[in-house]
Amino acid sequence: MPTAAPAIRLDRVSRHYTMGGTSVRAVDELSLSVANNEFLALLGSSGSGKSTLLNLIAGLDRLTSGSIFAHGQDIASLSSLELARYRSKTIGMIFQSFNLLPRMTLEENIELPLRLAEVDRAERPARVREALERVRLTHRLGHRPTELSGGEQQRVAIARALVNRPKILLADEPTGNLDSATGEAILNLLRELRSQLGMTIVMVTHERPLAEAFADRLAIMGDGKLLRTTSLKGLPQ
Amino acid sequence: MKPRDLTDLALRNLRESILRNALTTLGVAVGVASLVAMLSLGVGLQQLAAKRLSESGLFDTILVTPKNAFRGMGRPQREPDSGKPPRVLDDDARKELEKLPNVIEVYPQVRFFTEVRFNNKPYATVVAGMPDSSRNSGSFDGMQGKFFSSTTANEAILQIEFAKDLSEKTSSLIGQDLVLRYAERQSLPSASSNAHPSANPPDTSGGGFSVVAKELRLKIVGIVETEPAAGYGGYGNARLLMPLLTASTLRAAQVNDLRDIVRDSNSGKTTYASLSVRAKSPSQVEALETSIKKMGFNAFSLLDASKSLRTFFTVFDSLLGIFGCLALAVATLGIVNTLVMAILERRREIGVLKALGAADSDVQQLFFIEAGVMGFFGGIFGVLLGWLLGRVVTFGTNVYLQRQNLNPIELSSVPLWLVASALIFAILVSLAAGLYPASRAAKLNPVDALRYE
Repeated sequence: MPTAAPAIRLDRVSRHYTMGGTSVRAVDELSLSVANNEFLALLGSSGSGKSTLLNLIAGLDRLTSGSIFAHGQDIASLSSLELARYRSKTIGMIFQSFNLLPRMTLEENIELPLRLAEVDRAERPARVREALERVRLTHRLGHRPTELSGGEQQRVAIARALVNRPKILLADEPTGNLDSATGEAILNLLRELRSQLGMTIVMVTHERPLAEAFADRLAIMGDGKLLRTTSLKGLPQ
Repeated sequence: MKPRDLTDLALRNLRESILRNALTTLGVAVGVASLVAMLSLGVGLQQLAAKRLSESGLFDTILVTPKNAFRGMGRPQREPDSGKPPRVLDDDARKELEKLPNVIEVYPQVRFFTEVRFNNKPYATVVAGMPDSSRNSGSFDGMQGKFFSSTTANEAILQIEFAKDLSEKTSSLIGQDLVLRYAERQSLPSASSNAHPSANPPDTSGGGFSVVAKELRLKIVGIVETEPAAGYGGYGNARLLMPLLTASTLRAAQVNDLRDIVRDSNSGKTTYASLSVRAKSPSQVEALETSIKKMGFNAFSLLDASKSLRTFFTVFDSLLGIFGCLALAVATLGIVNTLVMAILERRREIGVLKALGAADSDVQQLFFIEAGVMGFFGGIFGVLLGWLLGRVVTFGTNVYLQRQNLNPIELSSVPLWLVASALIFAILVSLAAGLYPASRAAKLNPVDALRYE
């Protein structure tokens, strides 16, 4: 259950781009707090700035102004190397198109974040197996991603995101490439893992019914701004 | 990322596009091979020239003469202002010379112009005494027949040109005898006690000698194609070689430095007109020469000629190296091309790696290692290919030489330093080629990279 101390705090966050000579305000003066262990769904139409906001929280993109604190860490002040460490240790990410490396087996895909985090070699097989157990895919260890269904691939992606035991899981349209039943199964899995591991989840989606069914709170964006938040489980807004 | 993981990942990436990476590596290999082949020919030719020269004894031998020795047209070369009398080149001096560091041996020059009779026909030639150590100098490698059976044997080895004068079928000469007709010098202890009625007038130092015609029968034991006695200090290349001890016991009158040749002086000590000092290698000649001069003798070597030879080969090798490098430069462009293509192909993958926590330096090192691995394998295959090319060129040359009835030669040489430098050079060049792609990959914006389809 969420606690009062925020896992993520966005303070007047802006991200502006210059495209063809005009400035695009992808995220504009947005402030938002995500509580520890909360499951927040970011909703909005295409181009509303949801994915940009997710990338800013992930440390993949740099702010134009404002600040983001993740577990007390000011992301804007981090160097490129520190941001890489932050992505490795604090953040787990899953994507709409799964983004598994097709040339690697499932085991190698899941091991990749452990290599990047310089986890001891001897420890890695157990960690990989544990992550695969959580997504119930241990029997497919040696398979390549292309040999799996979409739902299975997303489960592998979740296992890969979890293998470094992150505090925050960021999901960018995780059900976008899945049929509704599989999408529901994936969100069920995310909610289950959130409870087990005590993670905070921020999910970008445009599927409002799914978000309402699984998230604790909805944050609705439009034109780079936060339009409103809606608590679904009686959580503070 | 840890180096081992980076290497694993890089090797895996290289394996995935095996055909393209193998072709790129082959490009590097061809570049390195051309470099190695060119340089191996350069080194081989240099070694060949150096071997021939060292066999001639020109570059590792120092001719030592006393400072009052006659030179040129018989004019004495005295030190302009030396108050002390010039040092005598006697047995004491010989022993002292033998004790100098890096000296293999010290021997007197015995070389005289004389007549040889073979099948009752006279032939004029230069005879030289060969020290026993010349057996191992390489000069007699590949000779017909064999080296002298002993240091005092009455045997002769003929230089091939002279052998051809004696008989068209040179190999039939071995085992036959020839007669050496020479002028023996018989010393006269003093002007008053003249032992020989036909003696020449005594010389100014109190001694004197008479010249008596003598003959010596020599057995031809070998025929040599090189010129082991092409040295200086005599007059021209010797065509008939005999053991040094045999030659010196003849006490043959030598035209060169006639006055000072081996003789009994009034003090009863043997003095020498000149002594040859053989150094362990041509590189030690300079230092030895200085030491000998300090002892109070004249010292002469062909070191300067050897120096300019080295300069020539340095320039020659550099030119060959530059031509070899051209192919490697083209191969380098191949590496750049392959890696830039890989960045385009793996753009999304780079984005994923960064999203999962890869630092810019991790991505950079990954591409660097890929370039280095291609360079390493390219280097190994290149060295092998270059060596093979050298062998093929040597083989081809030797087939041609054999058709011309000439001895085979070792045209190319791949020493260990060439293998090591070619490998290191290939890796360095490949890393340099990976510099741009690696930095480009490292700078990829992860958001753009993840969006890339």
